[in-house]
Amino acid sequence: MKCSRRDFMKQSLAGAATAALPACTAAFLGPRDAGANVGDANVRWGFLVDTEKCVGCGLCVKACKIENDIPFDSPVTRTWVERYVVTKDGETHIDSPLGGRDGFIDDKIRGEEIEPDDIAKAFFVPKLCNQCENPPCVQVCPVGATYQTNDGVVLVDRKWCIGCGYCIMACPYGVRFFHPVHKTAEKCNFCYHRISQGLEAACVQACPFEARRMGNLNDPDDPVTKVISTERVNVLKDEYGTKPRVFYLGLDEKVR
Amino acid sequence: MPADLVVHGAEWTVKELFVYPNEFIYWSIQIVMYPYMTGLVAGAFVLSSLYHVFGQKELKHIAQFSLVFSLALLPVAAMPLLLHLQHPARAANPMLTPHFTSAIAAFGIVISVYAMIVLSEIWFVYRRYFVAQVEVLRGQPGFSNAFRRTVYRVLTLGAYEVDDAALAADRKAATVLAAIGIPVACFLHGYAGFIFGSVKANALWMSPLMPVIFIMSAVVSGIALCMLTYIVIMEWQAFRSRRRGGQSKASEIRGVETEVIGKTTRYLIGFLVAAISLEMLDLIFRGYTAMKSWDILRSVMYGKDFFNIFILQFTLGTFVPFILLLLPRLTIRRTVVALLLVLFGVFMMRWNVVIGGQAFSLSFAGYMHYEIPLIPHSLETFKEGLFGALLVIVTPFVLLYIINRYVPSLRRDVETG
Repeated sequence: MKCSRRDFMKQSLAGAATAALPACTAAFLGPRDAGANVGDANVRWGFLVDTEKCVGCGLCVKACKIENDIPFDSPVTRTWVERYVVTKDGETHIDSPLGGRDGFIDDKIRGEEIEPDDIAKAFFVPKLCNQCENPPCVQVCPVGATYQTNDGVVLVDRKWCIGCGYCIMACPYGVRFFHPVHKTAEKCNFCYHRISQGLEAACVQACPFEARRMGNLNDPDDPVTKVISTERVNVLKDEYGTKPRVFYLGLDEKVR
Repeated sequence: MPADLVVHGAEWTVKELFVYPNEFIYWSIQIVMYPYMTGLVAGAFVLSSLYHVFGQKELKHIAQFSLVFSLALLPVAAMPLLLHLQHPARAANPMLTPHFTSAIAAFGIVISVYAMIVLSEIWFVYRRYFVAQVEVLRGQPGFSNAFRRTVYRVLTLGAYEVDDAALAADRKAATVLAAIGIPVACFLHGYAGFIFGSVKANALWMSPLMPVIFIMSAVVSGIALCMLTYIVIMEWQAFRSRRRGGQSKASEIRGVETEVIGKTTRYLIGFLVAAISLEMLDLIFRGYTAMKSWDILRSVMYGKDFFNIFILQFTLGTFVPFILLLLPRLTIRRTVVALLLVLFGVFMMRWNVVIGGQAFSLSFAGYMHYEIPLIPHSLETFKEGLFGALLVIVTPFVLLYIINRYVPSLRRDVETG
């Protein structure tokens, strides 16, 4: 059989085109159309942190680590509590030893003794994933392993995450890390396995002072939604345009 | 330490002042290597295209070498990513479920397209040689000759026409491919810049200039590496000729070398100027606009990383080689020094972007220092340590050696299409 180069190219192209024809009927599914299509679209989970009530006991961090299988003694954590001590000279001293898991039993901040008389103000700020309306972590995941549910919670698929760390880099709040055992991206998901079953998130349940509360932002009669809509609340780092859904009561301008 | 307490990044991160508990240097040496290697690929290809597309005839010799070298560098652009992934076995996932809002989702597609362009261009350029080899090796005794002939038969892909019309078609195809290749090479690397430039959470990375800066420094480093490798190989050939008593052959080789290097240097200087200007613009703009992040950025740039940025990258890696190349009566020896410094400078630029971008906490209230693992004691400290980086650096030269045995990119007597 004689087959010139030109004919070979022509026939290969025609063959490839014919073989590709059935592919035209296939459609690209976004994560939303596939596995991520979970959650009730009538619900929008929101979180309310009352910093005035937080005493920095660390029970929320303990509860979270146990509930969500984050190795207890590892430095990484899905939620943490920061201690702010502003001295009279205007300096801000911040620490969060082991994420505040064991409470703040030491007066020293990173080894530095601060005289009680020098303190202008001091407070605790619990942090967790903000479940942003416009989550940069979801935007940058190259495989769609992290996605937003219909009720607004951002989840991570441990079976599909490749562990590139791009989502960790993209989060302005530093809530993401690699799970020490699973080696995949990990973060707070509002205890999705609990809230979707009508239970409270572990940290919410563990907090003795109701500093942490959760509610449905789509329901105007929800007690948490009422607080958010009637009182002066703030969010963290709104300049990034992420539209966080964790609201803070009594948030100080020093909070980073 | 128990396995469940090994936190990725904790091994080489030293924290200072207040840093969020989950913050570590997650992107380490391999993510420095990734843009460095893609940059070398893109730069090598652009250099070869200067001849193939823009007809810069004086670059013919180095152009063919850089084309083949860019093929040797190509697999190595993906290697740091594989070494970096926490789940390397899932490396194909971005091709299976590409999530196109992510800047890295298309990496596999872009690099495959680019690989196809480079491979087919090399084929069109060297097809005539492959065909000739099949004839030369016909009937030669020995297994190795038979093996080589089989390889060349496969490489011809069955296209044995070498009449004028066929060769003209080859040349045209190579030119078209080189022309398509330039934007693709720039895209491949500009895209690496976009991966960093689009991270709004990172005050140092976020800049629309980032992709352009990356392209310019890529071309600079690519040209520099091609020139350097070319010089080393030509010096070796001249040395061998001298040892065999071929004094005239040796001086002929040296003559060609000096001419090629002198001409390529002009292009290197041009791209170097563009790269420095853009980097300076970025620096000045950040200081002038002094956004919220400027306080911490300034303390990193002018304080903690001052030596890395201003001494190693700008002075030693940019200005010194610039002067060395501009001074009259350029010798090969001086060029080699300048090229080594240029390559070092571009590496430091990648380092200062990737590691420097993680040198401060997202809280803007603390710092992180990267201590590169030197002696590996686990797979992780090997992969993301000095030895992992050295592995990435050595691989392209091994590949070049193997490819060059079949595609002699440095022999001037080879008739190419």
